[in-house]
Amino acid sequence: MHLVYPAVLAALLFCVGLYGVLARRNAILVLMSVELMLNAVNLNLVAFDVWLRDTLHAGQALTLFTIAIAAAEIGIGLAIVLQVYRNRGTADVDRLRDLDEDAHRPDPERADREEKAEAAA
Amino acid sequence: MTGSAMLAAQANGFLSPSGVEIAFLLVGIATLGAAVVTVTTKQLVHAALWLVLALGGLAVEYLLLTAEFIAWVQVLIYVGSVVVLLLFGLMLTKAPIGRSPDADSANRWPAIGVAVAAAAALVWVVVDAFRTTWIDLRGAPQGSTKVSGEILFRHWVLPFEALSVLLLAALVGAIVLSRRKKEER
Repeated sequence: MHLVYPAVLAALLFCVGLYGVLARRNAILVLMSVELMLNAVNLNLVAFDVWLRDTLHAGQALTLFTIAIAAAEIGIGLAIVLQVYRNRGTADVDRLRDLDEDAHRPDPERADREEKAEAAA
Repeated sequence: MTGSAMLAAQANGFLSPSGVEIAFLLVGIATLGAAVVTVTTKQLVHAALWLVLALGGLAVEYLLLTAEFIAWVQVLIYVGSVVVLLLFGLMLTKAPIGRSPDADSANRWPAIGVAVAAAAALVWVVVDAFRTTWIDLRGAPQGSTKVSGEILFRHWVLPFEALSVLLLAALVGAIVLSRRKKEER
C-alpha cells in the first residue's frame, strides 16, 4: 500500500478536527474534535511504524500511550466541563470570558470593594 | 530510499491500486465523511454518534494496516468508553435534543479558512514527500497481540507503568473535580 493514503487521510482528519475545535461553541463538541485530531496522529504513527518495520515498534507503543492519555484527558476534560456547567449554567466556550479586559473595565463598585479589601489587609 | 523500495513503488503505480488500497480508500472516505458530519451537525447527540462511525472506520484502517491489537484497543477504548463518556457529558450538561442553531460560534468562517489552508499545506507536503513510498504489508502481521505484548512488556515497561500511574491520577482527579462539596448538598 502506498504510504500516501494513510498520511493524506490523517492530514485531512486532523484538519477536520482543527475546524471543529475552532468553530464549535459547546465545550463537549470541542472535546470531540480534539479526539478526532488525536486519532489522526494515531493513524500516522501506525502507518509509519508499519512502513519502517521498527523492531521496537515505537509507533504502535506510542499509539497505545496516546490512546490511554486521550482517555485520561477526556475524563478530566468532562469533569471540568461539568464543574463549569454547575457554576455558570452553560457549557458554551464563548460565554466564558472572565479574562476579557473590556468586560470588566467600567466597574467602579468593584474597584471600591477591592480598595477596601486592600485597606483591610 | 533504497533501490528496491523505489522499484517496488514504481511497480505499484497509483493507477493500478491493489485490493487493500481500494478497501482503505473506501473506508477512508466513509471515515472522513463521518468526521465532517461530526463537526458540522447541529444536533449534539448525533455528533457523538457520528463520532462512533469515524472512530470505528479508523479501527478498520488499523486492521488494513495489519495493526490488529491497536484496532481492537481503538474499538474498546474509543467506541466503548470515550463516546459513552461524551454522551454522559452531553446528558449531564442538559444538551438540547434536536437541532440547536447556535452549535457553531461566530468564528465559523475564519475556522473554515484556517482548516482549508492547513489541509492544503499538509496534503501538499505529505504527497510531495511520500509520493513513491511503498508499505510492504506482506509477511507476518506487524501488530498482532503477540508482537504488541512482547514489545510492550520487554522494551516499554517503564513508560507503560508510568502511564498506569497517570491514569490512576486522572481517575482520582476526575472524581475529586466532579464531586459536589458538602455544603452544596
